[in-house]
Amino acid sequence: MADELIKPDELLSQIDHRPSGAGWMDTPLDIRKGMYCYASNPKSVATLGLPYARPWNPLEEDWKLPENWQEIIYEGFRERLEKFRSFKVFMDICVRCGACADKCHFFIGTGDPKNMPVLRAELLRSVYRNDFTTAGKILGRLGGARPMTLDVLKEWWYYLFQCTECRRCSVFCPYGIDTAEITIMGRELLNLLGLNIDWIATPVANCYRTGNHLGIQPHAFKDMLDFFVDEIEEVTGIKVDPPYMQKDADILFITPSGDVFADPGTYTCMGYMLLFHYLKEKYDLNITWSTYASEGGNFGFFTSHETMKRLNSKMYAEAKRLGVKWILGGECGHMWRVITQYMDTMNGPADFLEEPVNPITGTTFENAKSTKMVHIAEFTADLIKHGKLELDPGRNDNQIVTFHDSCNPARGMGLLDEPRYVLENVVNHFYEMPAGTIREQTFCCGSGAGLNAGENMELRMAGGFPRANAVKHVHDNFGVNMLACVCAIDRAAFPASMEYWVPEVDVTGLHELVANALIMPGEKERETDLRGEPLPGMEE
Amino acid sequence: MNKNYMVSLIAVIVLFLIAYVGTQQGAGLQLVFGIIIPYLAVILFVVGFIRRVMGWSRSAVPFQITTTCGQQPSLPWFKQAKIDNPSSTFFVIIRMFLEIVCFRSLFRNSRMKLNGGTKLTYQLEIFLWVGALAFHYAFFTVVVRHLRFFTEPVPFFVTLLEKVDSFMRIEVLYDAIQSGLPGVYMSGLVLLAATLYLFLRRVLIPQVRYISLAADFFPLFLIMGIALSGIFMRYFTKVDIVAIKELTMGLVTFRPTIPEGVSGLFYAHMFLVSILLAYFPFSKLMHLAGIFLSPTRNMTGNTRQVRYVNPWNYPVKVHTYDEYEDDFREKMIDAGLPVVKMPEEQP
Amino acid sequence: MKDKNMILAGLVVFIVVITFPFWFNMGKAAPAPELELTAKAKAAKTCVMPTAFMTAEHMQLLDVWRHNVVRSGERMFVNADGKLFDMSLSNTCLDCHSNKEKFCDRCHDYASVDPYCWDCHIDNPKGE
Repeated sequence: MADELIKPDELLSQIDHRPSGAGWMDTPLDIRKGMYCYASNPKSVATLGLPYARPWNPLEEDWKLPENWQEIIYEGFRERLEKFRSFKVFMDICVRCGACADKCHFFIGTGDPKNMPVLRAELLRSVYRNDFTTAGKILGRLGGARPMTLDVLKEWWYYLFQCTECRRCSVFCPYGIDTAEITIMGRELLNLLGLNIDWIATPVANCYRTGNHLGIQPHAFKDMLDFFVDEIEEVTGIKVDPPYMQKDADILFITPSGDVFADPGTYTCMGYMLLFHYLKEKYDLNITWSTYASEGGNFGFFTSHETMKRLNSKMYAEAKRLGVKWILGGECGHMWRVITQYMDTMNGPADFLEEPVNPITGTTFENAKSTKMVHIAEFTADLIKHGKLELDPGRNDNQIVTFHDSCNPARGMGLLDEPRYVLENVVNHFYEMPAGTIREQTFCCGSGAGLNAGENMELRMAGGFPRANAVKHVHDNFGVNMLACVCAIDRAAFPASMEYWVPEVDVTGLHELVANALIMPGEKERETDLRGEPLPGMEE
Repeated sequence: MNKNYMVSLIAVIVLFLIAYVGTQQGAGLQLVFGIIIPYLAVILFVVGFIRRVMGWSRSAVPFQITTTCGQQPSLPWFKQAKIDNPSSTFFVIIRMFLEIVCFRSLFRNSRMKLNGGTKLTYQLEIFLWVGALAFHYAFFTVVVRHLRFFTEPVPFFVTLLEKVDSFMRIEVLYDAIQSGLPGVYMSGLVLLAATLYLFLRRVLIPQVRYISLAADFFPLFLIMGIALSGIFMRYFTKVDIVAIKELTMGLVTFRPTIPEGVSGLFYAHMFLVSILLAYFPFSKLMHLAGIFLSPTRNMTGNTRQVRYVNPWNYPVKVHTYDEYEDDFREKMIDAGLPVVKMPEEQP
Repeated sequence: MKDKNMILAGLVVFIVVITFPFWFNMGKAAPAPELELTAKAKAAKTCVMPTAFMTAEHMQLLDVWRHNVVRSGERMFVNADGKLFDMSLSNTCLDCHSNKEKFCDRCHDYASVDPYCWDCHIDNPKGE
């Protein structure tokens, strides 16, 4: 795959932000290699009991749709207009002012005008006008309406899987129109016809059965953590002992399974394990893992609201079964949007849990009073503030760090200062990227919402360009060599994106840096960080 | 040539001419353009507006999907962005107020540039915000000012606004062109200029041109037509204002009358306004009401603190722990993981 | 359904506001004002220009008059019929229309016009 990928300068030279030529309705769809993900595996679709599981290929003319597919779309559209006011209002009130146009990382990186948020929404809106409004029915094309045809359907599929639901456009929209919401609805409609991508469908099926996206079965999950136990012992001389599904533990910990599986997320996972061991040794706090609820992320969110709910249910179910007091959540992006804005509504109320209190500091997490789930950055920030962690930030002195706000914690939660606070306490060199690319205006990694597959690498690199460009800026100006983030998709996506755009910069999770700085009781003198790289002053 | 704006432009010109010619001597359709159509337009506006908003209200709001544009409420030493990530109705109201009255989100607007093909920059792009504010406030002023034709006696706030609006005195008195009285209203000129700006950016900025539909140009031309005909009547061709007020007062007191001496230009002006009113509820102009109902802006961000209830939440099929354990029990036991049920001994 | 009630309330407020002219004038007829001509005006039959022109353009004419008198020192106005008039609000206009309240003011009030003529000129120059 990588050998076919076009070079960065070629990619840049093909960007033209000035759309021209025929109107967008007359521009035919070109499903381009490198820009789309493979169709969902029918087995995965069937596992979930979702409709129309079948093999199909986006490049073929025939998508093997059910005969009455137009009716299914129409009915699905109508149903969602009634169920979601957001959808209905957003269909009606856009004035096409264009404020969102150049806010989308995919438009910036590809120059494809249909990646302007407004136009992505117009793909659906044009059908909405035709099917559901009088003006559209009378005026037809002149009123911006067009009938639902196979070409339109294919265009939906192509462009709705070129949106990472990052909500950056929604920050700038004068009416708060959220393209994520429109993409979510559009993908739900596509799923009614079995038109998912495999990079979403298969993780969802895995997660449903095995508890995590990667399909790691319980014994293998333990194997992987055991491997980290050995690694940790090698670096620190300490043998940590993570408990699994321990009844009546204080806290249940859930994090995305990506951190168990792939570098550099694995180091973040080791970070969690070190921190929990520290808290167990020093303060006798019991934090348990679960293999049943071993996935924080929720690719169901990229399929449909119903699928999201089905996967998410395990979090509360497991917390209830184990009888823990509350839930602690690891570093993840869309996981936190689901927890913040959906979980309690879908699967709550969590009245079997207690209002989260940090037993070590006595702090009540007021802001998680109802959901009863605390973000680990909040948790660690609280520990640091109360001086409960012994830290040596000097151990991270080889890292000149910048921080990437992940889309969902930023724009679907507001977790901005907590990770920065933690970061400032565990590293000595921290530089912000330029305003306009951080906090609520942060850029997506380019691979969110289920798009971090291998076959759409060109799309991912293009979408990652705005973020990478800002990283390059701080790399050039301050010598930044480490990009910290609080999202497992980021950790999976950025290594490729950095390698492509700013090869000198590496990627880390927040708690990898915490663990490097954390002075464990009884540890040996550390010579390397968790990655086995020599610590500052230990290079010989 | 852009088909979308040509169609809209021609539509507005034709509409103008229909009313203008229709009320000339001989055609005599004053009754139609002066009474029947305005009443119909108002009815369409009110009924259409109510129906559209009620339609929205019938749709459920299942989730609280606030766009959080700032720091969440968190530990005490983190300063919450109370307006951009509000926790209480009070701050939601402030957020909405700033959004509706100051176009706060639009104020954030930036322009992306790819410099030298390699470096992205984002600079403040304030013109759309300025243009939009100018347009909406000028429009609002013009509408309120026109109450002088629809009230008797004219309420103080209308006269006050007129005074403020005509604060600048511009008089041009050459032989060729003489204008100055009645006094110049700034709002009319600002409205025309802002509309022109909004039109030009739709034509000149390639991205905006590409996304623009005929439905985006039509209201702009319509408003331009209304502003131009109004300005023309006031400063250039001059009309019998008392006769016009007799007509408009007739409408609002339900004693409709067609006085003598009202010019075709006035009927054309009023016809375009009627079209705008009738068109309003069926178009994107409904953003006036829609912004109040935008779920990303009109809800609190404290979703972890206060549970939000979905009116149509329904049970879904889940994979329970017991099913999970049944699937993996042996492997779990082998790995030393705790299980709830031990496997039955095979006899 | 708290939210539905809020929407309904907002809608009611909106409708009340936009129908302001209808309920503000409820039950009131507001016909155009009748102008009273003084005996002298009646006798003169026509003003300096035809009535239709005067109705629509008198403010413009007065503005030009003022300009000509104050800036250029010209005092004579010749109308289309070749008749001569002194360009003077006080001495020409108000000479015939000496009943400001029943002539000028009636229309000005009706149309909510507040001319600045009377900032300097007094109503009745001859003190009758």
